[in-house]
Amino acid sequence: MPNSQMTPGIVPARLEKGAYEDNFSDLHPGYASHEALVAADRCYFCHDAPCTTACPTDIDIPMFIRQIQAGMPDEAAKTILSQNILGGMCARVCPTETLCEEVCVRETAEGKPVEIGRLQRFATDNLMSHADQPFVRAASTGKKIAVVGAGPAGLSCAHRLATHGHDVDMFDGRDKAGGLNEFGIAAYKSTNDFAAREVEWLMSIGGISLSYSKRLGENLDLATLQGDYDAVFLSIGLSGVNALRADGEDKNGVRDAVDFIADLRQADEFRDLPVGRNVVVIGGGMTAVDAAVQSKLLGADSVTISYRRTRDKMGASGFEQDLAAVHGVRILENTQPKRVLGNGKCEGIELEYTSDDGSGLKGTGEVVTLPADQIFKAIGQTLGDTPEGLKLEGRKIAVNDNGATSVNGVWAGGDCATGGDDLTVTAVAEGRDAAEDINKSLMG
Amino acid sequence: MADLRSNFAGIKSTNPFWLASAPPTDKEYNVRRAFEAGWGGVVWKTLGSEGPPVVNVNGPRYGAIFGADRRLLGLNNIELITDRPLQQNLREIKAVKKDYPDRAVVVSLMVPCEEEAWKAILPVVEETGADGIELNFGCPHGMAERGMGAAVGQVPEYIEMVTRWCKQNTRMPVIVKLTPNITNIVHPAEAALRGGADAVSLINTINSITSVNLDAMCPEPMIDGKGTHGGYCGPAVKPIAMNMVAEIARHGETANLPISAIGGVTTWRDAAEFMALGAGNVQVCTAVMTYGFRIIEEMTAGLSAWMDEKGYSSTDDFSGKAVPNVTDWQYLNLNHVTKARIDQDACISCGRCYAACEDTSHQAITMSEDRVFDVDDSECVACNLCVNVCPVEGCITMETLEPGAMDERTNTPVSPDYGNWTQHPNNPSATAAE
Repeated sequence: MPNSQMTPGIVPARLEKGAYEDNFSDLHPGYASHEALVAADRCYFCHDAPCTTACPTDIDIPMFIRQIQAGMPDEAAKTILSQNILGGMCARVCPTETLCEEVCVRETAEGKPVEIGRLQRFATDNLMSHADQPFVRAASTGKKIAVVGAGPAGLSCAHRLATHGHDVDMFDGRDKAGGLNEFGIAAYKSTNDFAAREVEWLMSIGGISLSYSKRLGENLDLATLQGDYDAVFLSIGLSGVNALRADGEDKNGVRDAVDFIADLRQADEFRDLPVGRNVVVIGGGMTAVDAAVQSKLLGADSVTISYRRTRDKMGASGFEQDLAAVHGVRILENTQPKRVLGNGKCEGIELEYTSDDGSGLKGTGEVVTLPADQIFKAIGQTLGDTPEGLKLEGRKIAVNDNGATSVNGVWAGGDCATGGDDLTVTAVAEGRDAAEDINKSLMG
Repeated sequence: MADLRSNFAGIKSTNPFWLASAPPTDKEYNVRRAFEAGWGGVVWKTLGSEGPPVVNVNGPRYGAIFGADRRLLGLNNIELITDRPLQQNLREIKAVKKDYPDRAVVVSLMVPCEEEAWKAILPVVEETGADGIELNFGCPHGMAERGMGAAVGQVPEYIEMVTRWCKQNTRMPVIVKLTPNITNIVHPAEAALRGGADAVSLINTINSITSVNLDAMCPEPMIDGKGTHGGYCGPAVKPIAMNMVAEIARHGETANLPISAIGGVTTWRDAAEFMALGAGNVQVCTAVMTYGFRIIEEMTAGLSAWMDEKGYSSTDDFSGKAVPNVTDWQYLNLNHVTKARIDQDACISCGRCYAACEDTSHQAITMSEDRVFDVDDSECVACNLCVNVCPVEGCITMETLEPGAMDERTNTPVSPDYGNWTQHPNNPSATAAE
């Protein structure tokens, strides 16, 4: 008998064959040309525009929208890409509802912002559909820079260094570049292999090499890199995952949400991916929502997000929370995991209600038990081991405003470094700015 | 309930909305549909003399400009007068008029500038039972090169002469349609009046090129690689048409000449505005060519509701009511002082007022670090640009300073007296105020 949503355990093929294509189609499909013109016309071309101020990469948003209005989407794309070379991916994954679109004056006026993210996608998709990345490498400087980690920060840094004429060797621990763009974003936000295509497109500037399966502390070490290169940029992300600290979290069926999301992104057939009938996701960020919604899309019968505080404290934006709700994911606030139930493999989870009277979050003693064949941990990632000598701050590599670390000749950016939110767009900004600082220090 | 019935220069119709002489009125089929939809009258598309009909181009006849979402704002055309046989048009006019006796059927005419030509066509038109004729002195393309249309309309003496011929040869009311492609609309209107015209209608279309094909390097609409100027109409021309209507309505000699207003009438409101400026009725073309005949329902309902609200029982009650308030610049009260006021609750902080004032005007709007925009009265000349660029209607308004209040820009108190340029000390030819 074929599997269904009701089949117990963690099994593949819970849905009809055709369902997966629909379920994992583009969350925000691109605009057709006329739609883009209508959407662009809503922009007021604000003076000193709040959207630009809110953008971590400072894209001149009113200008690129005006260029779309004027029938020049490629020029619009150049305006975007000159600030943010991963403007295509950011158009897909940026939480615009808490950045540019949140401060759009039309949000203030009528609760309906200019759809900046979709307009950005229209422009960048248009350019990428028929042209190489539009920047030209400066004459070679003979300088060599090592970039460790080919995620958004590393890619952005490498591209900007290449435009200045430097040679860049990029190293990544996996067998594919892109970092979280490739492995850490819900499949419906990056369809048709966009992340990989964008990396290839970005690399077409030339002067950037890419080596896989290279990890700092395993087969790379900072001291050697410092000796071999004129500068080093670390964009190693967060490789550790926080523990649940609940009894029985080692049972089969308890898994890191980031691994589940990575499997989804690399899957050839969504139907082959197993998922539980009853899924519980622990956490309150984007990763929790991505794991929960995609569990549902794979055919899980019931999916619950357990978050230890109230919804307004969740890292996931209101839009993401609504997305979860629309897909039938239940968000259980003020609960924390107490015990994973089951004999060897997990069968349920005991959650304890929490309260916070101002003196810190405490369990109330009251518990609720949910059936769970599969539990995803999405309670944050942590920096893995770092080379000796690098000063840390909190649980990140300490950097100054230009991305320079405490070690001379070493810069860092993206999720592994201090400063800004852990967002793709922030990583792009940090990589770009570090590249400018590296260029300045090398070229005097 | 307001009475929309209209009597324009002796021509009665069920409402003041007529279809202008144009493609929508080129044949019986269309006109019957228009009357069924509720139009008060039509001006039948221009007839020419007996003989081989004119020919039209077989490529595109229209060009357009668009607003957001392809809203059609302006249309131009290079179509000529009717290209159907005269006798067929006459038969159809007669049939339609017979079936719709309460609607106005006016026939537009354009024949060579010879009295014989007019003498020949007038009786056959009269025989259809049509309510009147409209002399097409406006068509700016194709016919003008043959000495008709705008070629007549641009020479007041010709207007007067042809109008007189018509008045002498028909009992039908004669409406003279004026071209805007002249320097002063009053001159052709006066000529029509001298010739004995019962009314004028305006504006005909404006010479225009709507767009250029930058690949072919050719104006649109493009016919086999070439383009020509066409007649421009639609919402974009309304301000030009309103000024011309008002100029005729407030000019001493032509003030009592009935005016049928044409030019961008799209909703009831446009009609009300034209009529307030002195028009007796309006003619519509582009709006129906864009949306179809059904828009008449909105127009009659809207005009009627507005008249009820204002207490006007017939269109005569408000026709021309704004004319006394159309004046020359030199009579505007220079002692009237206003200042821009920004409603901070309504403001959405887009900063457009700031950009406009700071970059292009008087640096009279200030911007704080947290994007609060205020007016600096000591710089504000009350130009109204901020009001016009503000995307929020009613957010920025002009406040009138009361007499005695200090105008911080000029450091003088506002005078309680009316004072215009003719009396102003800076005017070398000023006359004493007393």
